[in-house]
Amino acid sequence: MSPGHSMRNFFGALAVSLLLAVPPTSGSAAADAPQANAVVMKNFDFSPMSLTIKAGSSVTWKNLDGEPHTVTSVDGLFRSGALDQNDSFTFKFDKPGTYKYLCSIHPRMMAAIIVT
Amino acid sequence: MLDQTSRRGALKCLAFGGAGTLFVLSGGVLAPLDLALASSRKTASAVGGIPLFLQISDTHIGFNKEANPDVAGTLKQTIGLVNAMPVRPALTIHTGDITHLSKPQEFDAAAQLMSGLNITELHTVPGEHDVTDGAGTEYFSRFGKASADKGYYSFDHSGVHFVGLVNVMNFKPNGLGGFGNEQLAWLKQDLEGRGSSTPIVVFAHMPMWTIYEPWGWGTGDADQATSYLKRFGSVTVLNGHIHQIVQKVEGNITFHTARSTAYPQPSAGVGPGPGPLKVASDLLPKMLGITSIKVLSHPLSASLNDTTLG
Repeated sequence: MSPGHSMRNFFGALAVSLLLAVPPTSGSAAADAPQANAVVMKNFDFSPMSLTIKAGSSVTWKNLDGEPHTVTSVDGLFRSGALDQNDSFTFKFDKPGTYKYLCSIHPRMMAAIIVT
Repeated sequence: MLDQTSRRGALKCLAFGGAGTLFVLSGGVLAPLDLALASSRKTASAVGGIPLFLQISDTHIGFNKEANPDVAGTLKQTIGLVNAMPVRPALTIHTGDITHLSKPQEFDAAAQLMSGLNITELHTVPGEHDVTDGAGTEYFSRFGKASADKGYYSFDHSGVHFVGLVNVMNFKPNGLGGFGNEQLAWLKQDLEGRGSSTPIVVFAHMPMWTIYEPWGWGTGDADQATSYLKRFGSVTVLNGHIHQIVQKVEGNITFHTARSTAYPQPSAGVGPGPGPLKVASDLLPKMLGITSIKVLSHPLSASLNDTTLG
């Protein structure tokens, strides 16, 4: 075997072993990992209260409380309606800015999405 | 006015249903009132000229979680309890959260269940759970006529002036409910010129005094509304929202929140927030119920009777 051929084999094997070494991610491997842009409603709070994302990506809210909540933007851009326990709502943010929102049933619950 | 023989007889037997306290507020003084008049005439809806009204609240049709998987069932039981009352109330006031998620099918189911009441006259105000679709389209398409879709309105019955107010569509930044200036201006004008001996009953979903601000239990601009009511000799304020009875007397005004027919909530500050409270199944009926209100013009007074399902 020529040295070049061995080198290609080596790198080929290395590449294969690197791929095998990467632990599998749960769910599909999307370009914007959905888990990163997640907000939960838990114990009458939005968590996290402030989330920074890139323009063009989506946020998914999930209600973990026994009491319904809503995701209602202060400027009227998005509104989920009543979300029962385990219901979700997703909204895609195209433009940069700070988007304040609250729960219209419990308006003390306030949070924001910061889009860069 | 109170017949002595029937008073004696009535003291020997209690009224329908479970535990309840009956008292009379007259000129700011609380005094016990027996139930002789209530039990003496079984078919009249106004006994000896004393009209009886029913408050039902927080039926939350559509709720199906642990705290009560069958809210339609407990509402049916409640209606059975009301229909068995010895004196039929002249009308029903529903102080809101008729539905749990403002869904059309929930409103339909609630209407169907409420039609089982032998009381035909129903007046409602919305709770925040009834208007989660923003403008309250579903609620107002069904119940908006009385208020020309504004949510607030008044009417008279048996010499009593009733005022329905909405405080769930104008929340304050701190989470308390709100009436808004337009409604307050309307209220002021509505009450103007009425004799101060006119008995007043005001009903709105959220408490019209601050019970616990961190949980939004109150109405931010209620003080202004109360200022218009102060001059009247008998004012009864009926609220819901908190799924438990809390009461306050201020001069001639009695403030009262009713139990839910669906599920209880924790006492103020006990736990992370005002969510459904799961209790032992034999305890649940004792925490659900309705309120009946008796209003007298002469002497000017009002009395409240809270009754539980079990």
